[in-house]
Amino acid sequence: MTRADAINRAAKPVVFVACLGPLAWIAWAAIASGLDPSGPLGANPIEYINRYLGDWAIRFLLGALAITPLRGITGWAAVMRFRRMIGLYAFFYVCLHLSSYIGLDQFFDWREIWNDIIKRNYITFGMVTFVLLAPLAATSTNAMVKRLGGKRWVNLHKLVYGAGILACFHFYMMRKGVQLEPIIYAGICAVLLGYRVVKHLKKKAQLNPKAGAA
Amino acid sequence: MLIKSKKASDVRSSEITSPSVYLDRRRFLQSAAMVGAGAAFGTIAGPALAATEKTRVKLAGVNKTKWTQESLGEKLTDYGSVTRYNNFYEFGTGKTDPADNSNKFMPRPWNLAVDGAVEKPGVYDLEDFLKPHQLEERVYRFRCVEAWSMVIPWVGIPLADVIKRMNPAGNAKYVAFETLKDAKRMPGQRRAVLDWPYREGLRMDEAMNPLSFLVVGLYGEVLPNQNGAPLRLMVPWKYGFKSIKSIVKMTFQEKEPPTSWNMASAREYGFYSNVNPTVNHPRWSQARERRIGDFLKRPTKMFNGYEEEVGQMYAGMDLRKNY
Ligand code: HEM
Repeated sequence: MTRADAINRAAKPVVFVACLGPLAWIAWAAIASGLDPSGPLGANPIEYINRYLGDWAIRFLLGALAITPLRGITGWAAVMRFRRMIGLYAFFYVCLHLSSYIGLDQFFDWREIWNDIIKRNYITFGMVTFVLLAPLAATSTNAMVKRLGGKRWVNLHKLVYGAGILACFHFYMMRKGVQLEPIIYAGICAVLLGYRVVKHLKKKAQLNPKAGAA
Repeated sequence: MLIKSKKASDVRSSEITSPSVYLDRRRFLQSAAMVGAGAAFGTIAGPALAATEKTRVKLAGVNKTKWTQESLGEKLTDYGSVTRYNNFYEFGTGKTDPADNSNKFMPRPWNLAVDGAVEKPGVYDLEDFLKPHQLEERVYRFRCVEAWSMVIPWVGIPLADVIKRMNPAGNAKYVAFETLKDAKRMPGQRRAVLDWPYREGLRMDEAMNPLSFLVVGLYGEVLPNQNGAPLRLMVPWKYGFKSIKSIVKMTFQEKEPPTSWNMASAREYGFYSNVNPTVNHPRWSQARERRIGDFLKRPTKMFNGYEEEVGQMYAGMDLRKNY
């Protein structure tokens, strides 16, 4: 058995199940306590669920964005094998977050939902993020990579950088006042994207030493 | 005396949620000493002044009013939700932060400064300030700008009575309020979430409206810290953030006072901030609200259902501009 096989057979299922943990917890809490205000979801369970799913969506998204820098810095190549899974989980939690907004918060009031999308900036940003992520999820299979061809696939998947930035804006704008949490997430996002910018600039300098020295 | 002194043994049998901490003797002695009000040994006067969910203390001599639960015809929001789902950024921005982080807050002794264009300026001890007034209970709807709402039985005194007693000058067109600013006692103030201290204000006719209420309790008990102890405002036809908490200052003035959320984002939060389902808000649709405990949202009423009492104050004003 090669090393890659071992990861596929042993580690991947473990990570796969672990990533379902946040969903399992909220599902259990919702079923166990429902609308009970003294339960773990508090006095406003719908708000709690929606925000909780949003939190996990952005965590997975930043997690997916962290994998390439992690490999670059630690040299741990095997971690790349989890990038697609983490990215798909990000989209999965985004879909759950969107579903809870549509089904619980707005209860399928499509007119209100449309008004929110066009009138409330933070929701517009959330929606654009979703629209950026959807094609990435759709083209995540090996067959799609082949069909698009490596270069085009890579270029398309650069949309994830925009999605990360917009998700941070969505979070920051949704909170009232100047709050710490969204700033921390934005800071992490900035570091992860900044790493790529620095690497890109270094590479350019190497290819073109004169320009680099200037 | 507003707060009925009971024997410690009486308290044990009353509504204290956690029997194991029914009376923290050390804290009692501490706070009694701080108050220095000569609280008779063995009474609960001490802890009464530091009400937390662990030390719930009944208020005595509270009159009924016409604002009852029956006359409103809507279900009261349960005590647990009222005291564990709060926006009080002085104690943190999460909904349960105020309940979790305000346990050590001592709302007594408490000074209230009254200044500006008024006949009786000064710094009043809260007990003295409240003494001439009769406590009453009012059940009001409470509507947060975040599109959720509650129904809460408040205990307090009419703001108009206080203002009449202080006797503002003719040029006093507004009343400005300020919350305590003390990052040691209010840990949320260590971060500049807002430009502290929290500031609010009312036009004089709004302040004099019979609905305007100065609150010292809820559910017949001393106001819990997380709900704005020891003294907060309640103006039920306006979004919740207008009902400023833990008030330390009232200023009578000619100019419209700056208000905290308006300073943070003028586009979103106007000076008036009357509950209005027809005025579009950049962050939340105000057309509907979720009553805490309900699954489906309900339509929001103009002025939160208090149009009859307050509508005439805004006659002729463009409420889209003066949001
Ligand atoms: C698809 C369109 C989206 C809609 C309609 C939407 C809607 C919402 C709503 C309604 C809230 C909570 C507002 C409140 O409780 O007052 C929220 C919060 C949030 N959303 Fe979204 N969202 C969308 C996409 C996203 C995406 C793509 C991400 C991240 C990848 C995300 C991450 C978050 C986060 C982190 C929060 C804040 C949670 C907190 O306060 O802890 N959302 N979103």
